[in-house]
Amino acid sequence: MALLQIIGASKRFGAVTAVDRVSLSIERGEFFALLGPSGCGKTTLLRLIAGFETPNEGRIVIDGADVTAVPPYARPVNMMFQSYALFPHLDVAGNIAFGLKQEGMARPRRAARVEEMLALVQMTGFAKRRPHELSGGQKQRVALARALAKMPKLLLLDEPLAALDRKLREETRLELTGIQERVGTTFLVVTHDQEEALGLASRIAVMNRGQLVQIGTPADIYERPGSRLVADFVGAVNLFDGTLVAGVDRLALQVAGIEAPLPLLASRDVAVGSAAALAVRPEKMRLSSARPEGFALPVTIVSVGYQGGHSTVHLTTTSGRSLRAHLPSEASLGLARGTTVWVSWSPPDAVVLTE
Amino acid sequence: MTGMGAGLRRFLIGLPFVWLGVFFLLPLAIVAAISFAESADAIPPFKLDWTLANYRALCTGCLSVYTSSLALAALATVLCLLTGYPVAFAIARAPGVWRQLLLFLVMLPFWTSFLIRVYAWIAILQPSGLINRVLLASGLIEQPLPLLYNAFSVTLGLVYSYLPFMILPLYGSLSRLDESLIEAAADLGAPPRRVFLDVILPLSLPGVAAGCLLVFIPAIGEFVIPDLLGGPGTLMVGKMLWQEFFDNVDWPAAAAIAMALIVLLTLPLLVAQRFLEREVRRDRAP
Repeated sequence: MALLQIIGASKRFGAVTAVDRVSLSIERGEFFALLGPSGCGKTTLLRLIAGFETPNEGRIVIDGADVTAVPPYARPVNMMFQSYALFPHLDVAGNIAFGLKQEGMARPRRAARVEEMLALVQMTGFAKRRPHELSGGQKQRVALARALAKMPKLLLLDEPLAALDRKLREETRLELTGIQERVGTTFLVVTHDQEEALGLASRIAVMNRGQLVQIGTPADIYERPGSRLVADFVGAVNLFDGTLVAGVDRLALQVAGIEAPLPLLASRDVAVGSAAALAVRPEKMRLSSARPEGFALPVTIVSVGYQGGHSTVHLTTTSGRSLRAHLPSEASLGLARGTTVWVSWSPPDAVVLTE
Repeated sequence: MTGMGAGLRRFLIGLPFVWLGVFFLLPLAIVAAISFAESADAIPPFKLDWTLANYRALCTGCLSVYTSSLALAALATVLCLLTGYPVAFAIARAPGVWRQLLLFLVMLPFWTSFLIRVYAWIAILQPSGLINRVLLASGLIEQPLPLLYNAFSVTLGLVYSYLPFMILPLYGSLSRLDESLIEAAADLGAPPRRVFLDVILPLSLPGVAAGCLLVFIPAIGEFVIPDLLGGPGTLMVGKMLWQEFFDNVDWPAAAAIAMALIVLLTLPLLVAQRFLEREVRRDRAP
């Protein structure tokens, strides 16, 4: 049975519907990410699960028990706050022990658990520090240790890496995955950062305007987005909007400004004449100076941006449409601005979107 | 910095110090000197000397006045804290527009003279006053209650007058309280009572300390309230000082009373300052 079940939950603030009839199941041991732009309702959904907000409709079931009306202090979930929310009047040990003390755990056991938690987040020796004496990364670790100390069934993490600088974020991301594997707790992380969601989670739900748009593994979400919105929000993408037409032996997409219809592999029922979009990831784009066999578009190179391992090449079609391609840096060495090349991709790499 | 600028700067910084020196330090030194003088039938009514007689008299004669003053001021402070804390808490948690209005209401009494507001209490508390008349008319009592000219009316007057000085600093520290700390405490299993005791109360202690000081220190030296609302049984230091100075024309005794009070009040101030400085350092840290 699923650890967390959200059944048709809605939350309105005045005229604004922050969470709109969301249903979601999360299994035990999952590392689940709620991904969406800011204001999409993901934080409200998290607060509904934690108990800080009560849904206007729907139910929240944790481990088989309906907790919709249960106050936050009686729910078997803990939360790591975006601001960390460490108690400034308590030292690190006091912060980690706070929840255990509320539970009425005896002092020696409490001290042992605090040590265990400090070791888990590699902060042994910091027990007596006050929060204001810690760096951002250290605060983040203490906040994680505090939220894990009570061994919750479900740990909620609100933008856990947002307050860290880029290098630290990479390290912490790895650590967070490691810790989750070691403790085995179910993690539910809320983020607006698609890289973070793809790198952390075993499953992702993309949220927009209060609704879940797509749920799937990171590869599902990235390789097979179900809508223009998901394709556009998760990672960079080249989108071609057009009308479906009958091609030589299969369907193709007629796009304004591009002479030949774009070939495609329709994976689901789509009708000739209906509007659709084709999504091609920049790293799936191939560039060649000679016209390759089969389908290809003539384009002009606008700029080549060297980014270490790979380069981003900005292109423009004859009708002025902008495209981008990611190439290994050594492959982009010979490319000069203003030259005309051919861009192509293999049809299975292009995703047909009808929404 | 030009010579002129430096001179001007020195002048501007120096002015308040000169002011304090002439109108505060110097008079204080004079009072201190008089407290060691001998009372005399002259103008001014003392003879400079270095005697401890005034302080000795203070220890033997007026110790009870100090203790009753301390007790009354302490009681008023505790009552102000108990009534002021919920008010400050409610204001700090009220929605934006309400917050401004409620704060305004707390400060509204300052628009009327303090003296007039204390006089108004006489009209309310006296035997033929508002409260007694209502109670008599309703038949709840047959004799007017002795509400005025006793410890009750003095305490009431002190609490009434000093309550805003408790509410404002409490509001200051409660309104700065990060909402996510309260949520974090609840999330970690603390029911509302424990959230208050383990998080809100400790984090509002600087406000509690500041409010208590702002009430306790002026309350202990208060003269007008015990003079207008107090009876013969409620002698407070301020009133005793007045009597020694004006009624008995014993300047050295009055000066000794004042000096003893200053010393008595400096101690809690120093302790509180230490505490507040530590809190401020913690708050300002990144």
